[in-house]
Amino acid sequence: MVYLDNAATTQKPQTVIDALQQYYSHDNANIHRSAHTLASRSTVNFENTRTQVQSFINAKEAAECIFTKGVTESINLVAASYGKLVLQPGDQVLVTEMEHHSNLVPWQRICEETGAQIIAIPVEKDGTLNIETALTFLNEKVKILSMVWVSNALGTINPIKKMIDAAHHIGAKVMIDAAQAASHFKIDVQELDCDFMAISSHKLYGPTGLGVLYGKRALLEAMPPYQSGGEMIKEVFLTHSTYNELPYKFEAGTPNIADVIAFEKALAFVTEIGHDQIAAHEQALYQHFMNAIQNSAFEGIQLIGTAAHKISVQSFLIAGMHHFDVGMLLDAAGIAVRTGHHCTQPLMRKFGIEGTVRASFAVYNTLEEIDYFVERLHTICTRTR
Amino acid sequence: MKTINQLQDEIIADFSLFEDDMESKLFYLMDLGKKLSPMQADHQSPEFLVKGCMSKVWVYPNYKEGILQFEADSNTDITKGLVSLLVNIWNNRTPEEILNTDLYFIDKIGMGSMIGSQRSNGFAGMIQQMKLYATLYKDK
Repeated sequence: MVYLDNAATTQKPQTVIDALQQYYSHDNANIHRSAHTLASRSTVNFENTRTQVQSFINAKEAAECIFTKGVTESINLVAASYGKLVLQPGDQVLVTEMEHHSNLVPWQRICEETGAQIIAIPVEKDGTLNIETALTFLNEKVKILSMVWVSNALGTINPIKKMIDAAHHIGAKVMIDAAQAASHFKIDVQELDCDFMAISSHKLYGPTGLGVLYGKRALLEAMPPYQSGGEMIKEVFLTHSTYNELPYKFEAGTPNIADVIAFEKALAFVTEIGHDQIAAHEQALYQHFMNAIQNSAFEGIQLIGTAAHKISVQSFLIAGMHHFDVGMLLDAAGIAVRTGHHCTQPLMRKFGIEGTVRASFAVYNTLEEIDYFVERLHTICTRTR
Repeated sequence: MKTINQLQDEIIADFSLFEDDMESKLFYLMDLGKKLSPMQADHQSPEFLVKGCMSKVWVYPNYKEGILQFEADSNTDITKGLVSLLVNIWNNRTPEEILNTDLYFIDKIGMGSMIGSQRSNGFAGMIQQMKLYATLYKDK
């Protein structure tokens, strides 16, 4: 089995799997409230992950790191809480045409509710943003810029630092979807100065159903709670309540304890190898693949997304073939790739296609696996010509 | 004309030649799809789309003097191959013959592992739709 669908989700290191088993076998207890030993141990481990997340993204404090179900919930939280707080009729929420649906639909809904408007920065033919064009979209009506750092469908790395600085210049706040970024390069939210950032655990070698929302303290404190119930309260009376401090104000109910604890092992996995090493390996795999297909046997391959600056992801089509068929043929040869619209229908529409085949390489993939992938692609290209 | 079961046995024999080579089975399916007679363009309308299929598959029934014929097409080659298996088996049959068919070839060729669960659902949708046409014309 050659797993090249890492942009959808990564495989999990044994340390992550062991941590899940350890928790349920030996440490299972609800956190924060009970006074017993098990609860205390779980609470310490749970909060330790938060500290590790803080360090991983260089947040000022751990309380700025909120555990969520994933990037989708993180964006929904910001849209529903911050969006509802600040958006007025006539305001704009700026996105790009390459957003994942999870960074479009929550904003569409809050815009419908508030009378604000979604505006999308166009994507160029090579799958990049033209920074000069992008900057022209930042005007005084824009209250929120919510954009993807790395495109899941194309692999393009966007110039977010320039966009964040320019957005701040006009007084807008910036949310960064870092779902595809966090496993590939070092994140420093203080240096970026973004206001919010969403990270996914399962795309970062951690468990599914878990993500992190980073937010600047002042903003998080000003925002109303997103969900209500246990954990997020300070005092509850029959008719009203006061809310807990950060980060618990945004963590209603018993959290995803086991997965949070295991996520620490995923962060350690990445940190121990080092982002530079990971990037070098992934780029070597990517270059190896790109060099291999630069030959006449592969002339039927149409690359979708050809930015100069991108992660180890390549979308493509094969002339005369539906992407589903390519995916099935590769699957029959034991290779897992993603086929479809990658939850980016507006982007696919822009390119005039229904979907693509997407191969995404991760730290554990090998050159031999890429060779095998290229060999099977060669068979498909020649047998269907 | 060969019987439905003779045709099913032929399919089983053909696919058995590939043994466990899933990739070749899929290429063979694609080749079968290419042999399917072209579908009249105006028959590729939403009402003839198979429901529950990831790809687009159209099946159009022609009923004449107690006999059903099918036109079919798909936007993906593998699915076109799949629908062509059914068209080949069920073309020029009475509605009763279609409704009484035991499609035993599906399990025998290992369809489930060959096309996966999502496409198996789509394939079941094609069968259901063709049987629905047979039901509609049965009492006419």
